[in-house]
Parts: sequence; structure tokens; C-alpha cells
Amino acid sequence: MKKFLKGLYIAIILLFLYLPIGVLMVLSFNESKSMSIWTGFSTRWYEEMFSNEMILDAVWNTFTIAICAAAASTVIGVLACLGISRMRSRSQKVIMAFNNIPLLNADIVTGISLMMTFLVFGISLSWGTVLLSHITFCIPYVILSVMPKIKQLSPNMYEAALDLGATPAYAFRKVILPDLMPGITSGFLLAFTMSVDDFVVTHFTRGAGINTISTLIYSQVKVGIRPTLFALSTVIFVIVLVVLVISNVVQNRKGARN
Amino acid sequence: MAGSLIELRNIHKSFEDTVVLEDFNLTVNENEFITLLGPSGCGKTTTLRIVGGFETPDKGSVYFEGKDITAVPPNQRHINTVFQKYALFPHMNVEQNIAFGLKISGKTDQYIKDKVAYALNLVNLKGYEKRKITQLSGGQQQRIAMARAIVNEPKVLLLDEPLGALDLKLRQDMEYELIRLKNELGITFIYVTHDQEEALTMSDKVVVMNNGIIQQMGTPEQIYNEPENAFVADFIGDSNIIDAVMVEDKVVRICDRIFPCIDTGFGNNRPVDVVIRPEDLIIGKPGEGQLDGVVSHNVFIGVHYEMEIEAGGFTWLAQNTTSYPVGTEVSLSVIPENIQIMHKPQRKDEEAIEIDV
Amino acid sequence: MSRRYFASPFIVWIAAGTVIPLIMIAYYGFTDRSGAFTIENVVSIMGAEHAQALWLALLLALISTAICFVLAFPLALILKDSRLGTKGFMIFIFVLPMWMNFLLRTMAWQVILERGGIINGILTGLGLPALDIINTPAAIVLGMVYDFLPFMVLPIYNTVMKIDNSLIEAAYDLGATKGKVLRSIILPLSVPGIASGITMVFVPALTTFVISNMLGGGKINLIGNIIEQEFTTSSNWNLGSGLSLVMMIFIVLSMALLSRLDKNGEASLI
Repeated sequence: MKKFLKGLYIAIILLFLYLPIGVLMVLSFNESKSMSIWTGFSTRWYEEMFSNEMILDAVWNTFTIAICAAAASTVIGVLACLGISRMRSRSQKVIMAFNNIPLLNADIVTGISLMMTFLVFGISLSWGTVLLSHITFCIPYVILSVMPKIKQLSPNMYEAALDLGATPAYAFRKVILPDLMPGITSGFLLAFTMSVDDFVVTHFTRGAGINTISTLIYSQVKVGIRPTLFALSTVIFVIVLVVLVISNVVQNRKGARN
Repeated sequence: MAGSLIELRNIHKSFEDTVVLEDFNLTVNENEFITLLGPSGCGKTTTLRIVGGFETPDKGSVYFEGKDITAVPPNQRHINTVFQKYALFPHMNVEQNIAFGLKISGKTDQYIKDKVAYALNLVNLKGYEKRKITQLSGGQQQRIAMARAIVNEPKVLLLDEPLGALDLKLRQDMEYELIRLKNELGITFIYVTHDQEEALTMSDKVVVMNNGIIQQMGTPEQIYNEPENAFVADFIGDSNIIDAVMVEDKVVRICDRIFPCIDTGFGNNRPVDVVIRPEDLIIGKPGEGQLDGVVSHNVFIGVHYEMEIEAGGFTWLAQNTTSYPVGTEVSLSVIPENIQIMHKPQRKDEEAIEIDV
Repeated sequence: MSRRYFASPFIVWIAAGTVIPLIMIAYYGFTDRSGAFTIENVVSIMGAEHAQALWLALLLALISTAICFVLAFPLALILKDSRLGTKGFMIFIFVLPMWMNFLLRTMAWQVILERGGIINGILTGLGLPALDIINTPAAIVLGMVYDFLPFMVLPIYNTVMKIDNSLIEAAYDLGATKGKVLRSIILPLSVPGIASGITMVFVPALTTFVISNMLGGGKINLIGNIIEQEFTTSSNWNLGSGLSLVMMIFIVLSMALLSRLDKNGEASLI
């Protein structure tokens, strides 16, 4: 009986989490624009997705920003971790505290403060400012992912490599980097995710120029959202789901083989 | 079962696809220090956990003072456990850890205070009440874990390889501590270990296990001097295990030589295993003993010299306080009492363990 | 070159991207349009409209945080016991919804909750009275809980999973009931994760404007809404910054509480 209740609890929470997603997916196939009345099955919104300029632009912006932001923040973040781990414990604590500020700070504060900073220094808001802002809040996620891996590094492996004749650079590439890879990868993916899903910071730092998927959706909230955006989101969601499931299966196969 | 404190009857236990215990039976008497000894995976820890209530057997029953406690959860058994990694509560200090069980039983504050002081005194850590767990060394943590368990005056104390994480000197000190505690407290100890030295030093009774099956049960002397099969002989102490033929009672042929011995009942002209301990080999001048050979290895390990002697087609392990350099021709002799005859292994678990180096 | 200097790009980025912007807020918060020093902007929090927005935001954020905790803690315990949650799978299940745009997910609740929506459809079908939740604070709480629940679950789950099972067995061994084990062993050892979870829910909940916009019908103003308006429609950076400074007091308080309860920084999201 207890097991049943526990399972039920988990199921209810999962239902709660995924219900809106289910609703959106269903609505993306709705014939009409209505969000409450089902008029029939249709894939017209999916077709429109590929021809609507605004949407295509927004998609392009979202993903190019996300990839660049994730890449840049990963590089800066990994370097930072390597550097910080060499510092004295006091300095480490101080820097990590600063690192936590964007994480714990409300995104509205991050958004408005960056906006003001750009404008005060005469930088007009555009794709570039959005990218810079995204990098700013992505770096902490990379550091959070990589730091624990660095702390876990076996100290002797690097020395063993040097002992066997490797240069520091070679030892780093062949010994340390592979060990850090899981952390780096998850940091990159996390940064990418946070960037794609961001709304508030983008809202303040984009100016009137560009739109990301999030800001495009927001701009349509008052007037009624075209289901094309539901279709778009559904497609992205399904792609991610498939990618994650495949990578999970591949990882399990690898693990089983070992 | 008069006098038996704990009884395991027909215990079956499997994990996933592996059968760990099959039709396992064991009796533990009052005031005994009994050790379950065996390699990893032999089922000793599982047996201990079943007694403690942390695992439920698939089949079979557990009896405590004659009552069936198979379905009784661990928090209601009058048994306490000292865990392998001590399991001290990190967010409580020493006093709070030790008092944990007493508080639950609803003892008065004064009783608890006195009992905690008594327990700390017993493990030679007087005055440690307010210390934080993280400040304690391994040996100290081990003793606090002991104190926390015994302060509840259980009838039976279960110990799951508690000395494994300590270094040699400390381990040896703790072995004596445990014996002293057992004698002072008069409670039954069920001890689990893979270390035969611990088993031989502390126990009244040793239960040697392999693959979930009891290989031999007896006093430390019996286990050491009279191993009943190759597994036990090999697992306990160093040994020479040789193929031989039992010619008739009290006569055995080893390496084509006749040796008088004292065992009977192994039949006529039957193949057997023979065990001779290295320290029982008498080394003499060539021709003066029962078997001639040559020294092939010699290592000084402090207590004695460990030598390997090639004789009769077999590499003998010998221990002696006199050193015989490599290449010396020697003879080997052994008195009849020190030749132990064993049946050939009937099952895989009775064979000596092969180690992949 | 010493490895320490690898961190310099990062330090530059912190200075430019975090420190300077915060200084901006402080500067604008304490000056007026002409650049003269004033505390008007900060004091204006006491004005009726602003004060109400702040109080409402605090109230709703606290309620949401409490609900998230009540939902998340049992969930973490259940998952610890069961075999089905491996760490990767857990993270997967809770991170996956983030890939559906959160504005749309939040808005989907509008669809679900509104007069003609799904829940009421089911309720009226069963003969029960319709719920009038949409455009009320209750809807906003629902939205907050929905959006931020993963941020409460993951840190608590991580911390609970780290609790050594032998500690729990030892407690049972010493006679503790299930309730005692929960109170005396699991709960105290979960505090870092709980503190982290609370901070990660309370701060975003307190400062949101999107959720109140979408589920409050645009009529319910939280402090976040007011600040957002000052920066977009009103272009009053000074007032907006001043109000932000007040709001940030609560953020700093949360962070201070977190560092007190999680001294080793062991609680993490990942």
C-alpha cells in the first residue's frame, strides 16, 4: 500500500510538471487560434513555422546567441576554475562569492543593471549586448559544473604524467582535460539551456532590434499568441527529448560494455 | 535450545540473481565471542545484517532467546551494531551520539549522563563528551561507535569489520580492547571479518565461511591446527597443501615417501589433501630427515625467515628462526602430530582460493 | 605564467558584468534626474502603491516557497528510497520541462485555469462548482510553484542522496522510530540543501513580473512589475533603481541566511 502511495505521489508531481506541456502540444495541432476550443486537427502551424520571417529570425537569434554564449562562457569558466583552484583558500572564497552573485541575484536586477551599463557607456542595445549579457550569467553555471570536478582531481595523475616525461601542456590535454570533460560538457549544456530559456535579461538588453523566441512570445501575450509558436516550442522540446534519450541510451550501452 | 541466544534456521537469501545464503544454519550461545570469517562475498556480512534486522531472509527464521524475531524491525530488537564505517552522526557531538539510544528508551537525564560517562570511561575516552565527531581520529571514532552501541546494554553486539580502517598497531591494540570489553560486559559478540588474525586473536568460536556455506566451525586452535578442507587450510595462516595418498590409518604417502601420522578414518589407498604448517617443518642436514631438498628462496621478515624449499617435486614453504641461504641442500622432517589429513574438496567452495596477481 | 592568471578573463568579466552594473544601480538609486544625491527613490517604497506591491510580492513568494518545500521534501525522500531515481535520470526529468519555453508553460496554466478552461470543464462535468482562480493571487502562486519547483527539488534531492544509509541504519539499530529518524537524522543533515532550495525559489518568486503579468490579468502588480515599468514604459531609472535597492535588501538577507545554514557550500543545483 505504501509503495502505491509513494508511486502515486511521484506520478501526481510529474503530471503537474508536464500537464501544461501536454496542453501546448495538443493546442499546436488545433485548427483554430483559440486556446480553449478545439476545432479540429491541423498541422498548418507547423507549416507556417518555416515561412514566418519573424519566427525564423527569432529562432536564429536564440540559438546563435545560445551557442556563442555557451562556448564563450565555457572557455572563460574552465580557465577560471583552473586559475581559482591555484589560489589561496581566502581568495578562492571571495571569488566564488562574486561568482554566486549573478546566480542568486534576481534576473530582473541583472537585466536592468546591464541595460543601464550598456547605455551609459554608449553601447546601443543589439544582438551583441544580448550575447554579452548571456555570457555574464552563463559563466557561473559553468564554474559550478567544473569546480567540483577540479576539486576531485587526483593530484597524483598530473604529477605521474610529468614524471613520465610529458610537458605541462601535454599533461593537461591528455590527463586533466579528459577527467574534467564530464563537468565541462554538463557546464556547456547547462549554459546553453539557461541561455535559450532566458527571458528577463534578454527583455532588457535587446533594445527594439532583435527578438529571441522568448521575447517574441512575450510581445504576443496581450494580443493572443499565434499557435505557430506552440508548434515551434513543441518541435524544440521533442528534438531535445530525442537527443537526451539517445545520449542516455548510448551512455548506458557504454557503461554496460565496460 | 538451552543456552542458545540466537539461532538462524534454514536461511535463504539472494540479491538480484546471486544466491548469497542457502539453507544456512547457525547457533550462537550466551556470552560467546563468535566470529564469522571469510573472503568478500562469502555471506558473512549478510548473515550479520539478517541478525540485526537490516536484511530480511527470503526463507527461514531468526530466533532470539527462543522467540521468532524474523519479522521484527531493527529498532525493536534488543541487539546493537557497530558499523563498518562507524556511522557516527556528524551533526551531533560525542555525548549526543552515545546518548541517542538511551534518550529513545526514555531514560532520565541523570541516568543518561552517568551512563555516557561510564561508557566513555570504558573505552578509555574519559571527558570526550563535548567533542565534535569530525575532530576525532579513526581509532577514537571506532571506540565512540562501540560506546554508543554498548551503552544500551544489548544482549548481543554485532560488529561489522570494525577494525578494517585502522592501521596495524592500532588494530592490535583494539583487538585487546574488544576482548577486555567482552569480558567486562559479559555480552555476546558476533564479529564479522575477513582478517584471520583478528578472528584467531579474539574469538571463542570461529565460523569459516565461503560462498554462503560454513566450511568449518571450531575454536581458533581447532581451525588453525586441524583444518578440515583445503579452503580453511589455505585461508587461515600459511600452509603447505599437497596431494597425497592415504595408505592406511596413520600412514600417508607424500611425494613418494611414507610418513607416519595420527589421523584415521580416511580409508585405504585413497587420495587426500595433506596440510603441514610452515613452522612445523624441521630443517636438517641432507639425509638426516624424511625428505631431501634445496633452498630456493629466503626472505627475512623480522619474526623469522621465510624460505621456500624444493623437495620431492613440491615447493615447500618453511619458517625458521635460523637462516638457510639460497642453494643450501637441506632435509625436511615433520612429526606425525603436525600432519593434518583432509578430504579432497567435494565442491568449489571447499577449494583453496586462487588469487590473480 | 602562473596558473592563477588563467582566471583573469573571468575576473575582468565579473568586474564589467556584475560589479559595475551593481554600482550603476546604486548610483541611480541615490540620485535624481539631475544627478544630485537624494534618498527619494528609496523612500518611495513607503508610498501606498509601492508598499502594497512589495508586501504582496513578499507574501506570495513566501507562500510559494513553503508550498515548494512541502512538495519537494517528501519527493526527495521517496526517491532516495526507491531504485528508480538515478541521479542523472532525476536531473533529466526536472530539467526537461525547461526546454519548453517557460512563458508558454506559464501561459498554458491560463488555458488550464480559466473560466472555460480544462479544470473547470472537468469540475463542472462532475457537478462541482467552477474554480475562479485565474487572475487572482492564487493563480500567481500556482505559477510560481510550477516554475520554481525544480529549483527546490534538485538541491534537496542532491543533499538527501548524500546522506549515508548507514547513518539511518544506525539510528534504527539504536531504537529510533521512522519519525525520529526523519526529525533527528535526515532533516538536520538536509539543511544545506533545503537552504539552497529556499533561496533559489524565494528570490525569483519575489522579483518576478512575468508570472504576475500572465496569470494576474495585468491587474495585479508585484514589486517586480513596478520596477519593470519604471525601466521600460516610464524610463525613470532613478525610481526603478531605488526600488530595486529596496528589493535587493531581501535578496541579500536570503543569501546571508543561506551562507549561515550551508557553511561548507555543499548544497548545489547540479
